[in-house]
Amino acid sequence: MSDKVYQAVPSTPGTETYWDAAKEGKLMVQFCKDCKKPHHYPRGVCPHCMSTNLEWKQAKGTGEIYTYSIMHAAKPAYVIAYVTLDEGLSMMTNIVDCDAAKVKVGQKVKVVFKPTDNGGKLPCFTVV
Amino acid sequence: MSLKGQAYIVGAYEHPTRKAPDKSLAQLHAEVAKGALEDAGLTKNDVDGYFCAAGDTPGLGGLSIVEYMGLKLKHYDTTDTGGSSYNVHVGHAVQAIATGRCNVALVTLAGRPRSEGQATGTAPRMGNPQQPDLQFEFPYGPATANMYAMCARRHMHQYGTTSEQLAWVKVAASHHAQYNPHAMLQKVVTVEEVVNSPMVADPLHRLDCCVISDGGGALVITKPEIAKKLKRPLVKVIGVGEANKIQGGGVGLDLTYSAGLESGKRAFEMAGIKPSDIKYASIYDSFTITVIMQLEDLGFCKKGEGGKFVSDGNLISGVGKLPFNTDGGGLCNNHPGNRGGMTKVIEAVRQARGEAHPKVQVKDHGLVLAHGTGGSLGTRHVGSTVILERE
Repeated sequence: MSDKVYQAVPSTPGTETYWDAAKEGKLMVQFCKDCKKPHHYPRGVCPHCMSTNLEWKQAKGTGEIYTYSIMHAAKPAYVIAYVTLDEGLSMMTNIVDCDAAKVKVGQKVKVVFKPTDNGGKLPCFTVV
Repeated sequence: MSLKGQAYIVGAYEHPTRKAPDKSLAQLHAEVAKGALEDAGLTKNDVDGYFCAAGDTPGLGGLSIVEYMGLKLKHYDTTDTGGSSYNVHVGHAVQAIATGRCNVALVTLAGRPRSEGQATGTAPRMGNPQQPDLQFEFPYGPATANMYAMCARRHMHQYGTTSEQLAWVKVAASHHAQYNPHAMLQKVVTVEEVVNSPMVADPLHRLDCCVISDGGGALVITKPEIAKKLKRPLVKVIGVGEANKIQGGGVGLDLTYSAGLESGKRAFEMAGIKPSDIKYASIYDSFTITVIMQLEDLGFCKKGEGGKFVSDGNLISGVGKLPFNTDGGGLCNNHPGNRGGMTKVIEAVRQARGEAHPKVQVKDHGLVLAHGTGGSLGTRHVGSTVILERE
């Protein structure tokens, strides 16, 4: 699983910051400077209050598994999951570099970055 | 103005095919339209409103399909909410009829994923890169099966739901499908067979998943004055409700409930009845977990108790308290075009008319429900609930 190169989807205007940071090993989260709430996925307008007054902050990169599924229909199988970051946001991801059979809901995880086919990096998580 | 009782479903038709390599998508649309109009005792010249989902009607929002069928319209609506589109269309058609936008509404669905060799549930589908969520989800391999599997996993974690309980949903569907000569899977299965079938996306097994089929279906909906002149049993629409469920910017993610929580409430409020008044329910069944979550959200049991509710044959007609999907549902009968809402409404109409297979027809069929989910319970979706009354 560790040598997998992920298929990327091109960034859109406004999301380059997220992907540029990922390439440098940083997981970024957007916060609204008006309503103070974070959101994921990144976007140009706050989904909570429609403000465009947004800022990027680096996430700690740690969290826990909200739910997951081992995709046996794929060869090789992969573990898709939602991870809830310590910042309180949940994001879709893959759990990598660990024994899939031992993945559990509630398990503590940390971010790792995996290569994509456009030369970038994709935030994934591994058990702590 | 309440929409309660403003229109009747007078035509319902499910295409008998489950594999149609010899038929175009447009022909399937036209064949189901003809079937539903004949069922109603109307012709295409009576149709002045057309409802379809843009996603299965290529050619500028249904316009090419409209032309193929030769329809002359006053009103049309191509709302696409995936599998629940057709439940949504029932509500939209009632609204259009009630406000005088049209008199006879035709709704069609057609699809041929089986002939096209689509790996519907297991292959992540690349969309338009301008779809704003795509770049943050597609690389991780979200397929229909693993999205619903994540709901099942969380439901199990939070409420103690088991694989055996999920399996009971399939077992009940298979008991019904044995009487449907058109059903793709007509063999009765056991809980053991379901939990021992190959794992697709843990914790969902192959038999927790619906079939992939070609085909389609259609409905004809009209105003009371016309409905009462036709020769078919009167099936009145007394409640409709829609709701969406989104991820809320990633804050407070909760995959254990569906939009049915709100769409159901709206439909029951309009109808002025309670879930316990419903004697038959068509429940969207893309996967077994879909049924358990929606039964809870619609109020047939408490949140978290869906697993217990479906166990021991409680969904089997003549055995349990809430007969569901008596055609065999998407799990065993038909899931045309990967869109299961149409067949949910059709079987509810059959039940309300008393025209379901005699082995599965419920005796007290005055009030029935059809609920659909479109999109994904694992990401974002639209729920739509329709409540029908036999007059």
